[in-house]
Amino acid sequence: MQQIINFVIRNKDFLLYLFLLMVSLGFTIQSHSYHQSRFFNSSNWITGGIYGTFNSISSYFGLSEENQKLVEENQRLRRLLFNARVGDTVQIDSAQMVYTIATGQVIKNSYADPRNYITINRGSRDSIQPDMGVITQKGILGIVENTSSRYATVQSILNEKSTINAKLKNTNHFGSLVWDTEKYNVVQLIDIPRLVPLTVGDTIVTGGMSSIFPENIPIGTIQKFDLDTSKSFYRIDVSLFNDMTNIKNVYIVNNTDREQILELEAETVNEQ
Amino acid sequence: MSNSYFVNIIRFTLLVLVQVLVFNRLNFFGFINPMVYILFLYWYPIKENRAAFIGLSFLLGLFIDLFSDTMAIHAASTVTIAYIRPAIMRFVFGVNIEFQSFRLSSSTKAQQFTFLALLIVVHHTVFFTLELFSFSNILLILKKVLAIGMASLVLCLLFSSLFSVRKE
Repeated sequence: MQQIINFVIRNKDFLLYLFLLMVSLGFTIQSHSYHQSRFFNSSNWITGGIYGTFNSISSYFGLSEENQKLVEENQRLRRLLFNARVGDTVQIDSAQMVYTIATGQVIKNSYADPRNYITINRGSRDSIQPDMGVITQKGILGIVENTSSRYATVQSILNEKSTINAKLKNTNHFGSLVWDTEKYNVVQLIDIPRLVPLTVGDTIVTGGMSSIFPENIPIGTIQKFDLDTSKSFYRIDVSLFNDMTNIKNVYIVNNTDREQILELEAETVNEQ
Repeated sequence: MSNSYFVNIIRFTLLVLVQVLVFNRLNFFGFINPMVYILFLYWYPIKENRAAFIGLSFLLGLFIDLFSDTMAIHAASTVTIAYIRPAIMRFVFGVNIEFQSFRLSSSTKAQQFTFLALLIVVHHTVFFTLELFSFSNILLILKKVLAIGMASLVLCLLFSSLFSVRKE
């Protein structure tokens, strides 16, 4: 017993090092196979608060540019509205809408790591929940992963863990959108069958299989395509519409039917 | 003694803030984000309690991790260099560090440079190996260690000459 205690005392630094290393490796490995930890993310009150304060100062520098972007979007939406053939009654009863939209601002953005997360200044207090979609004026951005009361972290599409259902515009050929961690303006669309006719410049939009994003939200255009190793599916490089390095105002999309869809799908799997 | 605690707390806070608010957003050439918080381990007094030093380095890494959503990769690599710092010092400064009067500022410029470079190389190697987590990407790991290591080294040298410690 005396010897064991002596051993511990003699090697206490090494044991402490080993313990702390194991703790940090534990967190890291868990996150490789799993979701981000609930507590170790930048949506908690200390980090969210500091980023929020910093953002409230730095956001003034881009105000005119952001205004310009929002005016352009309003113009586009108005054009759609005036040209829509819906007769003289427009449905604005929010209880009947499948998708609800909330707005938010990015307070921390990253695009240089293999796993990028974005922090936004809306949280569970503004009824943001995990697994809601986040989009910008130009295209999709990511999926909400964790929320605190005032902030939320978003798993960016520039994250090697991200897979999003996407398809070719005006067809129903769908595949998965992933990222190979190389360039911040190019993502990859995989699992599109070989018989699909493709052209460089075709538009890629979100597919209807996902219960997170509405259908037909723009993602990007085809930059290059090759067959993958199995020679039966394409691997397509998609250049994004969004400039991922310059994002301020975002929209958070909530599918109010999502729970119903998930429940139904779970029941169907159980019956088999 | 209390003065040294105070200095270290200020340093800790400032380095975390500078790292997450300035250098994590730099994205020079699209991927270079230098890590200047390693200076904390470079500046930390030599004759202090080693267990406290390791614990403090772990906390420093964990704070950076919290801000940058990287789980605990910064913590793992920082705690590693904190543990092997005495070995690096013995390698760089030789028997000099056994003397009571040894100061970092009393060593030569070449020794300070080697000490800092070794800390950065070990830290970045551990960091990017854990971040990419596969040996199939060994070239990418090497590229990142080299490019970001150079950037960190240049900035750390600048900072250490700007805020050189003379009194300690």
